[in-house]
Amino acid sequence: MTIRVLVAKVGLDGHDRGIKVVARLLRDAGMEVVYTGLFQTPEMVANTAIQEDVNVVGLSMLSGAHLTLAPLVVEALRAKGSDIPVLVGGIVPHNDLDDMARAGVAAVFGPGASAEEMVRTINALVEGARA
Amino acid sequence: MAPRSSYEEWLEAYDASAKRDANFETMSGVPLDPVYGPQDGEFPGQFPYTRGVHASMYRSRLWTMRMFAGFGTALDTNRRFREIISAGGTGLSTAFDMPTLLGLDSDDPMALGEVGRCGVAIDSLADMRDLFADIDLAEITTSMTINSPAAVMLALFVAQSEEAGVPRAKLGGTLQNDILKEYQAQKEFVFPPRQSMRLVRDTISFTAAEMPRWNSISVSGYHIREAGSTAAEELAFTLANGFAYVELARQAGLAVDDVAPRLSFFFNAHIDFFEEIAKYRAARRLWAKWMRYHYGATDELSWKLRFHTQTAGVSLTAQQPEINIARTAIEALAGVLGGTQSLHTNSMDEALALPSEKAARIALRTQQIIAHETNVVHVADPLGGSWFVEALTDEMERQAEEIFAQVMEFGEGSMLEGCIKGIEENWFQGRIADSAYRLERSFNEGRRIVVGVNDFTEGNDDADLEILRITNADELKQVKRLGEVRRARNDDAVHVAIDRLTKDAVDPAVNLMPALIDAARAYVTVGEMMSAMESVFGRHVEVPTL
Repeated sequence: MTIRVLVAKVGLDGHDRGIKVVARLLRDAGMEVVYTGLFQTPEMVANTAIQEDVNVVGLSMLSGAHLTLAPLVVEALRAKGSDIPVLVGGIVPHNDLDDMARAGVAAVFGPGASAEEMVRTINALVEGARA
Repeated sequence: MAPRSSYEEWLEAYDASAKRDANFETMSGVPLDPVYGPQDGEFPGQFPYTRGVHASMYRSRLWTMRMFAGFGTALDTNRRFREIISAGGTGLSTAFDMPTLLGLDSDDPMALGEVGRCGVAIDSLADMRDLFADIDLAEITTSMTINSPAAVMLALFVAQSEEAGVPRAKLGGTLQNDILKEYQAQKEFVFPPRQSMRLVRDTISFTAAEMPRWNSISVSGYHIREAGSTAAEELAFTLANGFAYVELARQAGLAVDDVAPRLSFFFNAHIDFFEEIAKYRAARRLWAKWMRYHYGATDELSWKLRFHTQTAGVSLTAQQPEINIARTAIEALAGVLGGTQSLHTNSMDEALALPSEKAARIALRTQQIIAHETNVVHVADPLGGSWFVEALTDEMERQAEEIFAQVMEFGEGSMLEGCIKGIEENWFQGRIADSAYRLERSFNEGRRIVVGVNDFTEGNDDADLEILRITNADELKQVKRLGEVRRARNDDAVHVAIDRLTKDAVDPAVNLMPALIDAARAYVTVGEMMSAMESVFGRHVEVPTL
C-alpha cells in the first residue's frame, strides 16, 4: 500500500523551501504527499491529517518555535484518538531533542538530513504501525 | 580637440574624490593603481557601472559593516546594537520576530511560541523607544527588515525619532519594504498583492516628499536565493521587482528620477565565488541600461545600482559549525570584489540558532580582516578584464534579459503587472521551487559535495557550540509589557486614530502615512493598525502547490 504523508507548516514561519523540497523527494520515493500550505494551527493540521488518512505527519520548523508548536500537534492528534506519528524537520538544536521525544515526536531531521534517511525512517514507522 | 579617453574622464573623477588615509600598496611595497584596464575601456564610476558605482571605490570609503541583529525584547536588542557599535560596526539592521513581521501583537494567539525568537518583538511606540535608546539616529544609519507592516514600522520610527528630537528629514536609513519578493520567496505576507502595493506607493511618496535621506525600498534578491533560486533568477527577479516599483511610483505621479535614486538593492553572497561576482557586475550594468534607455532616467543617481550584501545562510552547515567561518569569509570576499556598498556576515552558529555574541563578533571580525589586512580594497573591480569573469558577467546578463522578456510578456508591456501576474499564477514561486529541488537532488546524489554533510564528516560528533537560547521568559515579559502599554494609553485617542486609519484605507487616493504616524503617537499597537487595514484590504492566502 502506498504510504501517505502530510507535510505541514504550523505557526508563522514562512520558510517553505525545505518543505517543498522534502515533499518532492518523498514523492520520488513513491509516497503520496499532501501539503497544508502556510500558517496552519495545530488543530488544522490534526484535522487535515485525519481527513486525508495519512500514515505520518511531517512538520517543517525553522523559527525556533518547535518546542511550543510540535507538542501541540501531537496533542491535537491524540485528543482526536489518532496515533499518526509526527516527524519534525528543520532547525532543532541538539539540546532540544530529548524534549521533543518526550513530547511524542517520533523523529527529528536536522539540516543536512538525506532523503534516504527520511524515507528509511518513514518506512520503519509505517511498518511498525502495520505490524 | 580630440575627445577625452575614458581613462582621462575617470582620472578626473578619481582625483576629485576624497581618499582614505592609507598606503595603497602591496604588503611588499609595490605601489598599486586605483584600477587597471585599457585606456579606452569602461572604468569604475562610468556608465553602465559594470566596474562599480564610484570612480575611487573603497579608496574613498569602505563598505558599511552593517550587522543584522534582533532577538527577545527591544531592550535585549538595544544592548546588542550598542555592542555592535562599540565593536566597530558602522550601521545597524533590525531583525524583527515573526509576529511583528506578520503584523501581529505579541499577545495574539497565533504568536504563541514565536515572540522574540527570530528577531525583536515590536508592538508599539514604547518598544521602538527602547530599541533605539542611547543610539544617535542622526549619526548612525539604520535599516529595518520588514515588509508587510513596513509602513507601520516607518510610522513608529518617525514618531519615536521626532519624540527624541531628530526630525524626519534628518533620518538616514532603509526600509526593506519589498513586498513582491514576500509573495515570491519569503512568504511573510498579510494583504493581497495589489493592496500591499498601495502601501508601498504611500511609503515611496511620503519618503520622497519628507525624508530626503531615506531609502524607501531595499529591493531584495537575498530571500529569493535563500528560497532556492539560481544566481540568474535572483538577479532577474530582483531587478524586475525594482522596475515594478519604479512603474508604481510613476503611476503615483513621481518622476523616475525622484524614485530610482532612493531604491537600494540587497543581494545574496553564495558560495560559488565567481558566479556571485559576475552577478553583481551584471546587476549594475542591467539596472543602468534599463533605467536610462527603458525608463528614460536622466539623473546618474538613477542609473547607479547600490547594494547591500549578506552571506548565504543556506550555505551554512549545522555539522562542524566552526567551518562556517571559512564559508562566510569566502562569500564576503565575493561581495567586496563585486563592489558592495554594505555587508552583513553571518555567524558560524546560524544553522543552529540565532547568533551568540561571540559568533557575531567573529563574523564582524571577518569583514575587518578583508577590509584592513588583505589589501583587496586598494584596487577597484580587480577581476574586471578576466576573460572568465567577463564571460560569466555577460551570461548572467543574457539569462536575466530572457527572464525580463518573459515577465514583460505576462504584464503585456508592464513590469509591474508582469510581477503581480507572475505571483498570482505562482510562476516565480514554481521556478524557485524547481531550482531548489534540482540543487537538493545533486547533493543527495553526491554530485555536489558539502563538507561535513555528505563528505568529510569526521568531527561531526564534536562537542556542541554554546548557542543563544531564547526562552519563553522573553515572551511572557513582552506580553506583560504590552498589557501595561494598553492600560496606560488614552482609549479615546486610540479609537479616533483607528477610525481615521480605517477611513483613509477605504479611499485609495489617500496616503496612509499621516494616519499611521498619528496612530503610532497614540500608542495604537502594530496589530491594531494592521487589523484596521485588513478590515478594508482583506488577507492574502497562497494556494499551496508543490
